[in-house]
Amino acid sequence: MSGLYPRDWSVQPAANTPDYRTTKFRSPTRPLVRLENTPSDSTGPVFNHDDLGPDDWNLLTNFARPGESPIGPRIFVHGRVLDENARPVPNALVECWQANAGGRYRHKVDTYLAPIDPNFGGCGRTLTDSEGRYRFHTVQPGAYPWPNGPNTWRPAHVHFSVFGEAFAQRLITQCYFEGDPFIPLCAIVQTIPSAEAVDGVTAKLDMSETVPHDMVAYRFDIILRGRHRTWHEGGL
Amino acid sequence: MTRPNKERVESASQTAGPYVHIGLAPTAAGFEIYEEAGRDIAGPNAEGERIRVEGVVWDGAGEPVRDALIEVWQPNAAGNYAPDGVEAGFRGWGRVICDFDTGEWAFETVRPGAKEGAPHLNLWIVARGINIGLHTRMYFPDATEDPVLTQLGARAHTLLATEQTTGVYRFDIRLQGTQETVFFDV
Repeated sequence: MSGLYPRDWSVQPAANTPDYRTTKFRSPTRPLVRLENTPSDSTGPVFNHDDLGPDDWNLLTNFARPGESPIGPRIFVHGRVLDENARPVPNALVECWQANAGGRYRHKVDTYLAPIDPNFGGCGRTLTDSEGRYRFHTVQPGAYPWPNGPNTWRPAHVHFSVFGEAFAQRLITQCYFEGDPFIPLCAIVQTIPSAEAVDGVTAKLDMSETVPHDMVAYRFDIILRGRHRTWHEGGL
Repeated sequence: MTRPNKERVESASQTAGPYVHIGLAPTAAGFEIYEEAGRDIAGPNAEGERIRVEGVVWDGAGEPVRDALIEVWQPNAAGNYAPDGVEAGFRGWGRVICDFDTGEWAFETVRPGAKEGAPHLNLWIVARGINIGLHTRMYFPDATEDPVLTQLGARAHTLLATEQTTGVYRFDIRLQGTQETVFFDV
């Protein structure tokens, strides 16, 4: 069994990032203990289409009343789940959640002034196809204030949870939208140690897929850790 | 070791945030939308001893992390990871959230076996204030002959559950402090 590449700590946030205040008491203080991969982490759960409903991927309809639609700019976010070797990850469970167009979450602990949208749940899930492709239809989420400082705002974002083939590839990240002026101001975004890596979690306007008179497309690829190549797989 | 010849850069992790339930456990967020994944770890046909595991995730100020979500990945009683060599309906994966008031979490499963080393549950913890998901393992109180526990030396005990009553295990996870749980870079 070929092992995974070690996690690339040049692009991953440190545990304790003082500008993001909540990390202070929630960050392990001792170094992570490096383990060689064993089946405990080189295997992972397998999902199939029976686990999902046919409409789960479509946030425009999966919570809306018949004939109604959530309020906000109609967009879709699409891309591929790949590994560091640029190999597609097929059949990967991708889950997402987000605030509505006003920046309000459908969550019992969110008390922001912006109203709940009766036609928007704010979550979706799908499996990647054989080429690692996924797609979510949704509304553009709004920015919202958060209590990290006296006047701190989150850029518009969609949370993504992704499974690879190995439990060690498990990833939760956030998808930002290019050009958002809150990106460089946000302490959570800035936990990411390089501008290149921030760009890697910033969706790009995709005019080639934008549907005229209907929906704006954003492209967002998700890159999971790759595996060392073995001789029988060919490659370099 | 030679540097891997990578073509793409790994996506950066970001915190799951306080609203993780919307995406991964929407009932807890306060609405019904679809059947949630990961409610049944072992399935109805799993062989072996049925167990319950419970605990709290503690932060460095001594407060429960009430918004944490924990995922479990484990083999069946024979030590096989799904999908190969397991009972029909055995996935070996699940997720559980902490109680919003007490921080207590609990799940039911079967006691895992192991092909090598001592039986254990693989756990992955995310929450607001955790920038990248934390991997750890829960071993049983009678664990012996395990290369990972040996490697950990004096910190190995932080990965040992205690048996509360027959078949009920407690595993508190401490993010900081003198008894800080061991987390892995796997």
